[in-house]
Amino acid sequence: MSVLVIAEHEDGSIVGATFATVAAALTIDADVQMLVAGHDCATVADAAAKIAGVTKVRVVDNATYAHPIAESMADLIVSLASGYTHVLANHTTVGRNILPRAAALLDVAPIADIQLVIDADTFERPIYAGNAIATVKSSDAIKLLTVRGTAFEGAAPEGGSATVEPADAGAETSLAKFVSQELSKSERPELTSARVVVSGGRGMGSGENFAILEPIADKLNAAIGASRAAVDAGFVPNEYQVGQTGKVVAPDLYIAIGISGAIQHLAGMKDSKVIVAVNKDEEAPIFQVADFGLVADLFKAVPEIDEELGKQL
Amino acid sequence: MKVLVTVKRVVDYNVKIRIKSDNTGVETANVKMSMNPFDEIGVEEALRLREAGIASEVIVCSIGPQQAQETIRTALAMGADRGIHVKVDEDVQPLGLAKLLKAVVERDEPGIVVLGKQAIDMDNGQTGQMLAALLGWSQGTFASDVTIDGSTMTCVREVDAGLETIELQLPAVITTDLRLNEPRYASLPNIMKAKKKPIDALTPEDLGVDVTPRLEILKVENPPTRKAGAFVESAAELVSKLKNEAKVI
Repeated sequence: MSVLVIAEHEDGSIVGATFATVAAALTIDADVQMLVAGHDCATVADAAAKIAGVTKVRVVDNATYAHPIAESMADLIVSLASGYTHVLANHTTVGRNILPRAAALLDVAPIADIQLVIDADTFERPIYAGNAIATVKSSDAIKLLTVRGTAFEGAAPEGGSATVEPADAGAETSLAKFVSQELSKSERPELTSARVVVSGGRGMGSGENFAILEPIADKLNAAIGASRAAVDAGFVPNEYQVGQTGKVVAPDLYIAIGISGAIQHLAGMKDSKVIVAVNKDEEAPIFQVADFGLVADLFKAVPEIDEELGKQL
Repeated sequence: MKVLVTVKRVVDYNVKIRIKSDNTGVETANVKMSMNPFDEIGVEEALRLREAGIASEVIVCSIGPQQAQETIRTALAMGADRGIHVKVDEDVQPLGLAKLLKAVVERDEPGIVVLGKQAIDMDNGQTGQMLAALLGWSQGTFASDVTIDGSTMTCVREVDAGLETIELQLPAVITTDLRLNEPRYASLPNIMKAKKKPIDALTPEDLGVDVTPRLEILKVENPPTRKAGAFVESAAELVSKLKNEAKVI
């Protein structure tokens, strides 16, 4: 038997988190196959076939799958699931939307956000915003899992030579249809895969003030993020949000500016390799997880950091 | 059309949780409990649907121990019309929750079910999608805007890369994201009124649902702690340490 990984793709390329999900799958079984469902998605299938460790790519190229509508995707997964011991998807908004639906149709209890594979039935996952870690064992015949992308070192995008094989499309759903999307355009690296992230919190004071983070982000080739407080205050859109209810990031360097460090924010960034915090309140909880803390007014400190980066880099 | 909204009683989001000493779970005795924040948004959305003349009645359902009735009362005080309490003392996992809710839907026949996108205790984020699957309904997850026109619902969803708009055929399940609305506070007169609103008490047996957990929780532990670092005195020292000590820039 083998393990199936649902490939998430956008604009003809595979979404970064998928490589981590393949890596997680490879710790369960050596025979890892992928499902590429999309429209005009031959290049995606070819790219999937090159991922190290993948043995077979099953392609469903059909207009029904031009966008990953949960109702259609779940039916497709159900039609293929019987050949597999495990079906894995990214713990992204796409995977989280689709996989539980497929699980219910299969009468399986899915496991969300796994961060460690202990054995083929047993997994670790964070609960309570990462303030507790649960070890969970499944007794279902097929395991459906979503994978925390930052917890696994991604499989190499090159080196594999999987066979590519078409699979049958399911019926088109009448329940739901895609209308439009409004994606934030950014020249910056994507938040969850950036090597450096600079995030602003409520202390930024306004959306306009986020502009002062840009020179630093430019110099470090960083993504810009935000705390939930900054999103709730309307400073920046929700896709900037790092935390329990937003995105989980684990970059090499995370710079928190004007973020107090609420439990829910720490849940989204505490696995970063090096954490820097700049806050004028020396009692702020963010300093308890920071490797380097600077107690300062951010409107003074940020331009200074920028200037020092200019001098020292 | 009736709207069903689910509420879960969870450890308040401001509480720093403690792991039980035998590692079987998280301590909830003598801990402040509140309505799951995403469910407050759900109740608000259901009330707005009634105020817009789309919903005729807002039914609030909670699955949990006796104290879950307090959470139902909170929703009734916000303005929901009546409650359903499915009394279960053990934790029910999302598959069991979805099966119970399906039975409630078949009993009370709402046209829309609103759930939070996740509960902040177990962070599963699965029940809404699973309920939609079992009912054969459409799903609008992580919703930040909902408009209903006849038998279709336009739903704006918060996705990783931005916003996605989809069109759903009713009946449908909605799961709420943060920016869908700002929940109202219950006024004192409404808190008093809520005490008289009816709550139906049911059990999984009444609904004919087996809620035996499929997943065994072997243990619950503290996450590895991160040791706090040190304060730096200036931006110059910070950048120098990042470059020469941590070697990350």
